[in-house]
Amino acid sequence: MRRLPLSLIIGGAITALLIGAALLSRVWTPADPTAMNVLNRLKGPGEAGLLGADQIGRDVFSIVMAGAWTSLGVAFTATIIGGAVGTLVGVTAAARGGAIERVLMAANGVLFSFPPILSAILLGALMGPGALTSITAIGIFMVPVFARISRAAAMQIWARDFVQAARMAGKGQALITVQHVIPNIQAQIIVQLAIQTGLGILSEAGLSFLGMGVAPPTPSWGRMLADAQTYISAAPHLVLAPGLAIAVAVLGLNLLGDGLRDLTDPRRRQAS
Amino acid sequence: MADILQVKNLSRHFELGQGVVRALDDVSLTLREGRILGVVGESGSGKSTLAKLVMALDRPTSGQVLIDGRDLFAMTPRELRRARRHFQMVFQDPYGSLDPRQSVGRIVAEPLYLDPEAPRGAARRRLVADLLEDVGLAAADADRFPHEFSGGQRQRIAIARALITRPRLLVADEATSALDLTVQKQILELILKLRDEHGISVLFITHNIGVVDEICDEVAVMQDGRLVETGPARQVLDEPRQDYTRKLLAAEPTLNVIGRRNRAPV
Repeated sequence: MRRLPLSLIIGGAITALLIGAALLSRVWTPADPTAMNVLNRLKGPGEAGLLGADQIGRDVFSIVMAGAWTSLGVAFTATIIGGAVGTLVGVTAAARGGAIERVLMAANGVLFSFPPILSAILLGALMGPGALTSITAIGIFMVPVFARISRAAAMQIWARDFVQAARMAGKGQALITVQHVIPNIQAQIIVQLAIQTGLGILSEAGLSFLGMGVAPPTPSWGRMLADAQTYISAAPHLVLAPGLAIAVAVLGLNLLGDGLRDLTDPRRRQAS
Repeated sequence: MADILQVKNLSRHFELGQGVVRALDDVSLTLREGRILGVVGESGSGKSTLAKLVMALDRPTSGQVLIDGRDLFAMTPRELRRARRHFQMVFQDPYGSLDPRQSVGRIVAEPLYLDPEAPRGAARRRLVADLLEDVGLAAADADRFPHEFSGGQRQRIAIARALITRPRLLVADEATSALDLTVQKQILELILKLRDEHGISVLFITHNIGVVDEICDEVAVMQDGRLVETGPARQVLDEPRQDYTRKLLAAEPTLNVIGRRNRAPV
């Protein structure tokens, strides 16, 4: 049994904690995250609940827990969809080559050059704010990332002799992609899923901060930050709680991604 | 005896920038049923291009490849797919030619995709197991993965894969070059055994003229994409008519040249 990379252990623990908190928030939170209690307004940590209360007296700890569900849900859904579409584009480009590859990758480049926040605001204007807008905007932003990575990885596989052997077995591009290419690049895709989910959380928070995310009163880390701006000197815990939640979540998923890469990439394993 | 493989005036040119590289230039060869034809030459002499074309993995600039009298490049894709079971190939690098994600059983059975009537389930497993034993591995190895095997064992797996459709022509592209000498010898003996037992014809591509001496009936010498000399192996090796062949023969490292004891005093 070889030793697991430290980043995998820490990242995995943080991610597990995050998922645990998100799932738990569906059935139990210390207080109702939407219930106002004006008597508690702006009270600090310990005075009212574990992390204090916000400007209308809601329990901050409960909102952070429930916000984890929103952030993770939006980020993970968007990454899975964007990752699936992007990987499909990437492996198709690698398999077909020629004009199809050039067109796909050019379209990909155009998509990649759009600032994600800008396209999200555009999308928000068209669709109205909400979880679906966030998922679509973040998902579209993920497509070119996965397309590039999967194309590069798939091209390496296409150069291997076992692909030639599959061609001699009469297999076509689609079958070779499914049977040989995807199984051999899946580790890289999974690593990227973890890292991009972290980025997705950051993007979701950014969109919510701008009012393009989930509609109130659904708890969200980004909107907590937006709401807390005006109270930053009176109640700094209102900024710190969601800020730290976002930072730790992104850090955890990035460490998880790095750890998975160390685990699956033999060259990096030797170096560490 | 019938000709299993005929290569007629085969050329493959690559256009690179301004120049044209003649990787293969007007090559004609014949391989009779049950014989082993060695193709020798240095790196870049066009041997691997020839192998790719004979396997229909590439298309020629001009010329024909006839397998059992039928031109590969005149076939429809469907006909070609049906014909593929009659010719298979073993690659040079046994580390690159086996998918690390697939079990040995699945790798060996892959070419059965060519045969719609191929056995399935238990019958297929038995076929794979018999073949693995035929090439000197164990039936239980079918459930293991390529990384659990040495280079020589991997090459045996690759040979088993190439044989599962009972092909009539086997192309071995530097199939022993990546292996150490003792393992090389075992693989060569395996190929000879398979030829004797199954009557399979072999196009054996190598840069090692010693290997030709070991197993080939005939030999074709290539240089810069052209054929410079052909003939029965013994004759070409004993009385080479071309300077180039003589040079290749002289360049062959033999044990008394590279061996420690017989090293010439400096």
